[in-house]
Amino acid sequence: MDGLTQSHTGRSGFPPAYLDRVGSSFTDFLAQAAPDLLPSRRPVPSVQAGDLTPHGTTIVAVTYAGGVLMGGDRRATMGNLISSRDIEKVYPADSWSVIGIAGAAGIAIEMVRLYQVELEHYEKIEGLTLSLDGKANRLAQMIRGNLGAALQGLAVVPMFAGFDLDAAEGATPGRIFSYDVTGGNYEERGYAAVGSGSLFAKNSLKKTWRSGLDAGAATRTVVEALYDAADDDSATGGPDPVRRLYPIVYRVDAEGAVRLTDAEVAEVADTIIGERAAAERQDLTEATQRGSRS
Amino acid sequence: MTMPYYASAEQVMRDRSEYARKGISRGRSVAVLTYADGVLFIAENPSSTLHKVGEIYDRIGFAAVGRYSEFESLRVAGVRLADVRGYSYNRRDVTGRVIANAYAQTLGAIFTEQMKPYEVELCVAEVGETPEQDQLYRLTFDGSVVDEPDFVVMGGQADAVTGQLRENFRTGLSLSDALMVGVRALSASSPALSGNGDRGLLPAGQLEVAVLDRRRPKRAFRRVVGAALGTLLGDRSAGGQAPEGTTHAHTPSAPQPGTPAGLGDPAAPDTAGGTGGSGEGSGPQPVPADGVGGGTDGGTAS
Repeated sequence: MDGLTQSHTGRSGFPPAYLDRVGSSFTDFLAQAAPDLLPSRRPVPSVQAGDLTPHGTTIVAVTYAGGVLMGGDRRATMGNLISSRDIEKVYPADSWSVIGIAGAAGIAIEMVRLYQVELEHYEKIEGLTLSLDGKANRLAQMIRGNLGAALQGLAVVPMFAGFDLDAAEGATPGRIFSYDVTGGNYEERGYAAVGSGSLFAKNSLKKTWRSGLDAGAATRTVVEALYDAADDDSATGGPDPVRRLYPIVYRVDAEGAVRLTDAEVAEVADTIIGERAAAERQDLTEATQRGSRS
Repeated sequence: MTMPYYASAEQVMRDRSEYARKGISRGRSVAVLTYADGVLFIAENPSSTLHKVGEIYDRIGFAAVGRYSEFESLRVAGVRLADVRGYSYNRRDVTGRVIANAYAQTLGAIFTEQMKPYEVELCVAEVGETPEQDQLYRLTFDGSVVDEPDFVVMGGQADAVTGQLRENFRTGLSLSDALMVGVRALSASSPALSGNGDRGLLPAGQLEVAVLDRRRPKRAFRRVVGAALGTLLGDRSAGGQAPEGTTHAHTPSAPQPGTPAGLGDPAAPDTAGGTGGSGEGSGPQPVPADGVGGGTDGGTAS
């Protein structure tokens, strides 16, 4: 189809598809005008391709009194290699929602980009934002489109969280949605984790998270969960004070989605490291004292 | 039986032009003005849902007069072109010139090839880093495109409004001053106000106002509605300076330009950029309850 070249130059005016009223979805429009730009339309490799591409790992999200927080570590792995120490795996999806990704990094980042355009496109065409449930559902459909690639080892499993502007009085406005590779979409209560370190992160959150935390305390549970995940999962990176690399944390509240500065996250991470080191030292001192007494 | 008759190409084109001009002149006017911090759109439009002004892309806005169904489908096409280009290249590669070219080609093709020309006139505005880089493109029904300095006026009373603006417009006005100049010019020749001898100014309910604010990160477009518009218009009569940048429609988020950390950093215009790590801007939130996308046909010239 010549839609692609025409659409890129814009020189010969708008191709017919541009003037048709096919709806307000960007992906649906691309499927008509330039299907080769859609990740789901590409042929799937017939061999296992999982080890050929960097994989991103642990993402954690928690709700708190004023909204929701999402954090991700900075490591991408390729087999047993660390392919990136500073990859970013949490992105704002629009003004009031964030998306974190685990799985094949290349496809995942492309999907995030497409998803961001999808939400913005709807907003511009319709003149209003999608509901939070609508956004979550739209993402599920994109994951479903990736099922073929997922079965060849290129799975993408995102996590989606946002501030629900239509939340009922008394309900927590921050909401978290998790997904599986088939596009299954599940709303989570309180906290959720996805990726290879999610088991350890969830165990950590089980102990540290309570409902109704304030933003500061909730930020700590996120960073601590990532720390615990990095402790036990080789594919999750811990805070790196040497290179000044810390987890990416986004906060979504009534003011919109904001990325916490590195300094803010560094402070939380340093506190956690400091406390754990102090506890460890105390154990050691007590053991030494016991040893010298006997 | 009717005889086929010959009409010269010149005659056909003249008839079509006249038809399109008539359609456009029935509508109310729209003024697009540059001001110190960007571009200001003022439309005389009693409807709060059928917009004449819209967002195309991060730094690009759109204004139109004429038949609603026709310019609405052009607006949607512009948004699609911008989003496809931005997605397949980079957000920085979407320029007002590309959008204006596509409109010009399309309008030109429709004018020459179809029985009925589009009864629309468009303005594509792009806000730059500095006032010198702001661009206003005026597009007419026959596909001609003109790059205008300072301001563009379209619609039924375009000549009268242009005359008014020539007298009062200066470059580098503040937002409130530019709004005052624009609303005065539109009010002076508005058919809505022609009933009373003492010509007042158009009330906020009759106006659709939006800005492309160069200070906003990423998405520069934002509608000025409700209290913010009232404040700007109210201060106008008192002659005072309205607080600028308080032009938010949807209350929860009012990020001041440049404030949200990591969000909407113009230096990092894309999420896939890696270390820069910004993404979607905390852009202007559109007014809720708005049914522009309905795609109703048979709209009248408004």
